[in-house]
Amino acid sequence: MTVHGPGTSGLILDEPLLWEKGKSGRTAFSMPDQDVPEVADRLDDKLLGAGPDFPDLSEMDLVRHYTRLSSWNFGIDTGMYPLGSCTMKYNPKINEKMVTTAGIATAHPLLADELSQGVLQVLHELQYFLGAVTGMDSVSLQPAAGAQGELAGMLIFAAYFREKGEKRTKILIPDTAHGTNPASAALSGFTPVALQSGPDGTLDVESVAVLMDAETVGIMLTNPNTLGLFEESILEITAIVHQKGGLVYGDGANMNAVMGMVDYKRCGVDVMHLNLHKTFSSPHGGGGPGAGPICVVSELEKFLPQPHIVKKDGYYQLEHDCPDSIGRLHAFYGNFAVLVRAYCYILSMGAENLKKATQLAVLNANYVRESLRQALHLAYETPCMHECVFSDKLQQKHGVSTLDMAKRLIDHGYHPPTIYFPLVVSGAIMIEPTETESKEDLDRFIAVFKGIIREAREDGERLRQAPTRTRLRRLDETLAARKPCLTG
Amino acid sequence: MRYLPHTGEDIAEMLAITGHKHLDELFSHIPEAVRYQGDMGIPEPLSEWALTEHFQRLGANTKAATARAVLLGAGSYSHHIPAVIPSLINRSEFLTAYTPYQPEMAQGTLQGIFEYQNLTARLLGMEVANASMYDGASALAEALLMALRISRKKSTVAIASAIHPHYREVVYSYLRAGSFGIVELPTGPDGRTDLSGLQDIDDLAAVALQSPNFFGVIEDLEAAGDLIHGGDALFIASFSEPFAYGLLRSPGSCGADIVCGEGQRFGMSQSFGGPGLGMFACGRKFQRNMPGRLVGETVDLEGRRGWVLTLSTREQHIRREKATSNICSNQGICALTAAAYMASLGSTGLRRVAGLNYDKAAYLRESLIGAGASPLFSGPTFNEFCLTFKEDFTPIRKRLLERGIVAGVELGRFYREYAGSYLFCVTETASRAVLDEVIEEVR
Repeated sequence: MTVHGPGTSGLILDEPLLWEKGKSGRTAFSMPDQDVPEVADRLDDKLLGAGPDFPDLSEMDLVRHYTRLSSWNFGIDTGMYPLGSCTMKYNPKINEKMVTTAGIATAHPLLADELSQGVLQVLHELQYFLGAVTGMDSVSLQPAAGAQGELAGMLIFAAYFREKGEKRTKILIPDTAHGTNPASAALSGFTPVALQSGPDGTLDVESVAVLMDAETVGIMLTNPNTLGLFEESILEITAIVHQKGGLVYGDGANMNAVMGMVDYKRCGVDVMHLNLHKTFSSPHGGGGPGAGPICVVSELEKFLPQPHIVKKDGYYQLEHDCPDSIGRLHAFYGNFAVLVRAYCYILSMGAENLKKATQLAVLNANYVRESLRQALHLAYETPCMHECVFSDKLQQKHGVSTLDMAKRLIDHGYHPPTIYFPLVVSGAIMIEPTETESKEDLDRFIAVFKGIIREAREDGERLRQAPTRTRLRRLDETLAARKPCLTG
Repeated sequence: MRYLPHTGEDIAEMLAITGHKHLDELFSHIPEAVRYQGDMGIPEPLSEWALTEHFQRLGANTKAATARAVLLGAGSYSHHIPAVIPSLINRSEFLTAYTPYQPEMAQGTLQGIFEYQNLTARLLGMEVANASMYDGASALAEALLMALRISRKKSTVAIASAIHPHYREVVYSYLRAGSFGIVELPTGPDGRTDLSGLQDIDDLAAVALQSPNFFGVIEDLEAAGDLIHGGDALFIASFSEPFAYGLLRSPGSCGADIVCGEGQRFGMSQSFGGPGLGMFACGRKFQRNMPGRLVGETVDLEGRRGWVLTLSTREQHIRREKATSNICSNQGICALTAAAYMASLGSTGLRRVAGLNYDKAAYLRESLIGAGASPLFSGPTFNEFCLTFKEDFTPIRKRLLERGIVAGVELGRFYREYAGSYLFCVTETASRAVLDEVIEEVR
């Protein structure tokens, strides 16, 4: 029997671009009173402009516009979003409400500490919680995203070796790493050296031992790695790096797999970042903003971005004078409203539920892995953590690719998994269900996926044409890149 | 826990499929030596109601929250946000979506970001804009790195000391790793950047100015542009208050090559400074050198107009260490908010609100000068200005604070040479009654 996903067809309304509607003279803005005299000659003509040519819309024009646009979008709230390495878990509603609390939403960032005790308390407690979850000693919440956290970490590496008077220029980065790792390292002046993962998908201790030398600052690794596998030789690897005077950077993108289970300091990690928009439930917002706090061992604390947020005699304060700090990375203190959501999540969950979330995330991934392993080619037999990676190896003979299966999932009302990443698996299909999907929802997804795999054998053309039930069919990405039209 | 749907029965059935005896067995391959010891030391879970109470206390402990007026900008500005903006943008189809990698199910985000790029380009008088950066500070750092990439052989940049001090700090952090030279340009008595030393700087790739600058003074961007281009350098214009461009000439029309700045004013709450919105625009000839994500127009299989992420060969997931930047996100929902906000104003509304900002700031500025204060700088201003008082302003500021009015910020914490002078900001959110109270207290 064919199982259908929740996807069906419905009435979808068209909507033009903003500047294709409206009429000059309208506005959707409730205009405040002109309670002071209007200045006749405001400025020199040389400085004055005509103002931008924006469309003038009424409030109703604006409401219909964005309501219709939203109906062409798919979020976690719409349906299952098993995007590997992105941790698309449920984004709690109460967190959205808490960020609008008076005082939290309206706080000006440059007021005296005594006027800002409430917001500073949130930051200080969150620093503590993130230290507790990872096992690390000190935390800075300033990095605005995971990639900026990586940059902060690499700048700390540079500051550490500058202080020691050592000139090291290279850094080891596994071939499974997210692209931001080498890009952040390069931005910090290091030359990435690629480490090949072994046949089981994890790192080989020997190859680290061969490449780690006195010109290398250390290693940047993701654990669990981007294949969803735990680096079981982590202790041996970090010991080699430390023996040769290097440091270990841990990309904590996959923290959701190990909360309450793994202690990163015990792993030998010196600096790591977290992605609060993954593990700690803040919404992805169609691309951002996230937050990428970094956690360090006490030896590196003095290098953290400034200002530091400290508590002295029961009083929270910003400490601006940090002479060893790598400096500032954000105009103020990072993506505060995102940090507040993560803080709410941790307070709502408590330690026990955070650990439970990890266990269920890993259970869900293993369940999908076992349920689909006959139908799809499983990339590695190594036990998986919170995500599993398949490929299109078995479907290629029918002329069906990973992309075709992904697009067919859309017709059934599912967001596709991450595809073609990590690069080490050809035609990768990376599924991360997260802990907030129930067994019934997983069962239906699995059944639909099996149906698609059957279709691949029997009616491949149907997959190559997919999606057919969306407002638009497949889009021409080559045309977009060849003749870029970025503003219309 | 309401976010975790698994019943005991579910767990048992699933473990039977995966072949594990209990949940902990799923982790049995993790070496004992790296296992977490003990519990995490995080408080017991709070219900929604307990969490709300906790937040009410935190809010009340942020005394700034109860202020009647904050006459302070310095990179974070209070502007009215129409109810329609959060009501639309908080729709969960926008909020809970990921980066639009599957364009067929993300046309809402994609069209919304395309519109943001277009309105940003219009606002700044530029040909193209990207899908946004983290904030105004990192956008400036990325603009300087971009200029250095374009200039190839040159390795020095000049930045005005009148650029927001925090933005300059971020520039130093980002550029520190490269062997780049950074020269700071002094501020003249009119509060504008003194460019007279420019020709003495060798190897100059780019010059960055902010207008209105940190002191609220409007720079003469056109004259600056001529000088900068005369020295064969790229001209970067930064900003922290985009409302100014409702009234002022756009940086693009003054010849800027790259324009970047902070867009939080366009519909986001101040939220202790973040998230912000790094607006970033340039000329078409530089678009392939731009950092960050881009949305472009295309067609679907049936020729219908649609949008996709494009020019991704510049980006880290393809180019890895050779990418134009390490950034791999944009401020998605903030960009969408800014677009909706710009559209809610329209040309007509933006002009009026910008005019009102000017008029209200002028009212307070002129009245305080009438009451004995003197302007620190002679140059023209928009909604921020610096004053020096004959007597110590601290007690007056304290009395106003007790009445819920935050009157400016002392400049000494940013510039030692201007200690004792104050930077004020007046936007459309300040009522005349509040301004009159300040004037009365000074008089």
